[in-house]
Amino acid sequence: MIATRTIGAPLDRIDGPLKVTGAAKYAFEYPVRDGSYLGITQSTIAKGRIAGIETDAVRAMPGVVAVVTHENAVRIDAPEDEALRVLQTDRVAYYGQVVAAVVAETLEIAHEAAAHIVVRYAQEPHDVVLSADRTDLYKPEKVNAGFPTDTEEGDVETALRRAHVTHEAVYTTPYYHNNPMEMHATVATWSDDGLTLYDSNQGPHGILSDVAKAFGLPEQRVRIIAPYVGGGFGSKAFTHPHVILTAMAAKIAGRPVKCCLTRHQMFSLVGYRTPTIQRFRLGADGDGKLIAVAHDVVEQTSTIEEYAEQTATATRIMYRGENRHTTHRLAKLDVPTPTIFRAPGETPGVYALECAMDEMAQRCLIDPVEFRIRNEPEVDPESKRPWSSRGLVQCLREGARRFGWDGRDPAPGPHRRGRWYVGMGVASSTYPTRRRPSQAQIRVEADGRYRVLIDASDIGTGTWTALTQIAADALGVGTERIELRIGDSALPKAPGAGGSMGIVSWGSAICDAAEKMKARLRDDYGGRIPPDGLSVDGSTGKNPLAEKYAMHAFGAQFAEVRVDAATGEVRVPRLLGVFAVGKIVNAKTGRSQLIGGMTMGLSMALHEETALDPHYGHFANHDLAEYHVAVNADACDIDAIWIDEDDPYVNPMGAKGIGEIGMTGTAAAIANAVHHATGIRVRDLPIRLDKLLA
Amino acid sequence: MNPFRYERANDAQGAVATLARETNGAFLGGGTNLVDLMKLGVATPELLVDVARLPYDDIEELPGGGVRIGAAVKNSVLAANPLIRKRYPLLSRALLSGASGQLRNLATTGGNLLQRTRCLYFQDVTKPCNKRRPGSGCPAREGYHRNLAILGASEHCIATHPSDMAVAMIALDALVRVEGPSGERTIPLTEFYRLPGDTPQRDTVLEHGELITAVDVPALPFATRSTYEKVRDRASYAFALVSVAAALDVEGGTVRDVRLALGGVAHRPWRATRAEDVLRGAPANAETFAHAADAELAAAQPLRDNAFKVTLAKRVIARALTDLAERAQ
Repeated sequence: MIATRTIGAPLDRIDGPLKVTGAAKYAFEYPVRDGSYLGITQSTIAKGRIAGIETDAVRAMPGVVAVVTHENAVRIDAPEDEALRVLQTDRVAYYGQVVAAVVAETLEIAHEAAAHIVVRYAQEPHDVVLSADRTDLYKPEKVNAGFPTDTEEGDVETALRRAHVTHEAVYTTPYYHNNPMEMHATVATWSDDGLTLYDSNQGPHGILSDVAKAFGLPEQRVRIIAPYVGGGFGSKAFTHPHVILTAMAAKIAGRPVKCCLTRHQMFSLVGYRTPTIQRFRLGADGDGKLIAVAHDVVEQTSTIEEYAEQTATATRIMYRGENRHTTHRLAKLDVPTPTIFRAPGETPGVYALECAMDEMAQRCLIDPVEFRIRNEPEVDPESKRPWSSRGLVQCLREGARRFGWDGRDPAPGPHRRGRWYVGMGVASSTYPTRRRPSQAQIRVEADGRYRVLIDASDIGTGTWTALTQIAADALGVGTERIELRIGDSALPKAPGAGGSMGIVSWGSAICDAAEKMKARLRDDYGGRIPPDGLSVDGSTGKNPLAEKYAMHAFGAQFAEVRVDAATGEVRVPRLLGVFAVGKIVNAKTGRSQLIGGMTMGLSMALHEETALDPHYGHFANHDLAEYHVAVNADACDIDAIWIDEDDPYVNPMGAKGIGEIGMTGTAAAIANAVHHATGIRVRDLPIRLDKLLA
Repeated sequence: MNPFRYERANDAQGAVATLARETNGAFLGGGTNLVDLMKLGVATPELLVDVARLPYDDIEELPGGGVRIGAAVKNSVLAANPLIRKRYPLLSRALLSGASGQLRNLATTGGNLLQRTRCLYFQDVTKPCNKRRPGSGCPAREGYHRNLAILGASEHCIATHPSDMAVAMIALDALVRVEGPSGERTIPLTEFYRLPGDTPQRDTVLEHGELITAVDVPALPFATRSTYEKVRDRASYAFALVSVAAALDVEGGTVRDVRLALGGVAHRPWRATRAEDVLRGAPANAETFAHAADAELAAAQPLRDNAFKVTLAKRVIARALTDLAERAQ
């Protein structure tokens, strides 16, 4: 572990002034000489074949530079992901698929021309509705992030039969769309050196190989630049069709092309979270200790690529119980491929788990905080590994104390106060603590400044500031001597921002480079900086201790709700999250990430849902007027704190990733509070007023 | 967005004459609805005549206690006006419950009245829509219609009018003053909006080239005790699922007079005349209010996913009236 001096301090964002003055450039803002603009035509059927495309009128429109369809597209080679084989076929696999594109002198002409391309289809019946009783559900080989699809231990059925108390229920979550503030954008320029992309993504190296492969280029001839990114929420982690399309269009047009997806286009082209149907069965003995835990998940993927959300993985580690069972089953539908989205797996899974725990606590006549504490496992219940650290009980106790949980009426709802029903709810949070291989380079200059080079990514989370703090402490210098460069595939290879692994992976590589730098200066230069400066490379691999310890972050969330007795409107006057997440690198940006995550959880609990129209197979509410996310007026008193937690095993900083844990558990805490307030148990999100208009 | 010409009018007559010459043109106020629809390809005017800078930005007292609101008065200015806040609190509240601060700073009084009805299929040019392409069909009936009309809809269209301001104004019996190619006229707001019937393409009775210059709100002394209750899916910045504009005059426990209108339930701001008829002269109590709400919603024809709005409307009506009656004591 490194000595921490600036780590933990609430440093202001070092990129803050650049952002508020508009000096920080986002992808679409990069000026390119002789630039042109891309308009995209999308399919208006969910399944079938393109029978013909009429482009003559559009080609004749003033300002139109080029039209690209499957008939004249550059042949590309990206066999691993069918969705990226843009315009390579006349087949339509989902509503909104790219079927043509226009390059034009202005953005307006490009959009107008794309809208005038006439596509004739040979339509086929589509299949877009997920249900648990489909006969074609299948078992994927593994689920996202490499987790096993199913797990089984003991005998759940027998345990449920001999349990004193059992609970069985189905919880569902709807479609969600990521909707970062900055729309996905790509600017593509070809030159003799190869291809340069200014692109809004969660890590240039994350899309580098897809782009290189698609165009048959060695990776060193592709450069991807993304120093500032206006949010991603998972939708900018993987390569999406518009990235390949923009590069292809620039190649065909013979000049740079700029593409910015519209909000509407984002609903079908950059992923979403699968709906989930989750069946929970719990059994407890006479002491309220779980003896059976079963979680069966049904969700979907597309016909062209498999994405299997790891929804039941949190259930595998959260509570005790010697008989355990988790499964994931998928339907292949004529829809776009789902993608990772704000704590994939954990978010919908913990919602269902923590609602089921609340219902079970009630059946056992045990306080929901106490019920969770009683079911705390000594070791990871599946792997049997000891915890590197596990602060759930402390979070529950500290949260209960601060929130005034003792004042909660233990009787089930309804609890009426004037025109409102009022209630309190609790839920646990968790997210795995992992890290990925990363490289980093540090170069010290004669003037004593350290340039820290790494292809890390800041999607609004605070990376610029946090990595500067880590580098300063690792080198034992002040932050003013650190000059960080991130967001460029020409920098040392690093994983993207995702899986709450960014800071811990990048930081570990920077710590390694810093240790080597200090050793070189000490051993080879007598502690003095050489006049020509010095460069050293550092790296980190996967954590070998992860084979020995179970590494996870934990938290407890408390919600107070008011439900209007006449209208069913839900308000959340108070949310408190208490987290055990190792060392916080920056107290200001860290708190911001945690309360941001909790706000997303509130949004999931009460508002978010994409409505699929089964007749057309399209997403009907595809804009921010109709796809509701929480607004300021919904987010009242939201607070996040953390307990002191020393974890020497996770990484040199002792930090656990906090990008996602904030939103796991929030929806359950609110759903449980709504039940406490009204006596109504809503098991299908979002909890909108019509579900409470009893 | 299709290419279009832009002209800025110097006076109302000039604006009307310019637009009258161009059959496919539109007046541009704050642009908060029209420009969105142009970006979506729903509105494709070849000419925009900008009327936002015409000198109709005054709020004046009328003899007899009414108020004249210029068509170019911004929503935020109107909401904050002391005269409006004092005489017609329901109007101020309605304005403040609509859109966002940024939009209210741009949106004009005339433009707010003329925003198009909302429906996701109307806004999506790749789908049939009888309002956008008459005769092409209405996919909303079978599709996504959670927030569409429960009153006054037709088999051709179930869109809802989104304005909050207009709901308060229709309760206040406002009059719309119009300048047109054949001169001026005044249209009661209660007759200004159309139900969809078999011609849903027309939202209002305005003829091409007619320009709203002002809205007159007549005196209504008991409107000092009035309210606007809006229920929506989040705490702010959402269209109404149901809204209620109400003013109540109670004396000696009896309803002497009442104004009641609903938003979010129909193709137009919905004046609740059936409920008003039940209320006038009846005891000001919960039973009467429930009876009035039932009478108004008796004609409701909800669809698969919007039946909850019937219950919701009844409850919001009853609560608004109850609150006003309590304040009368």
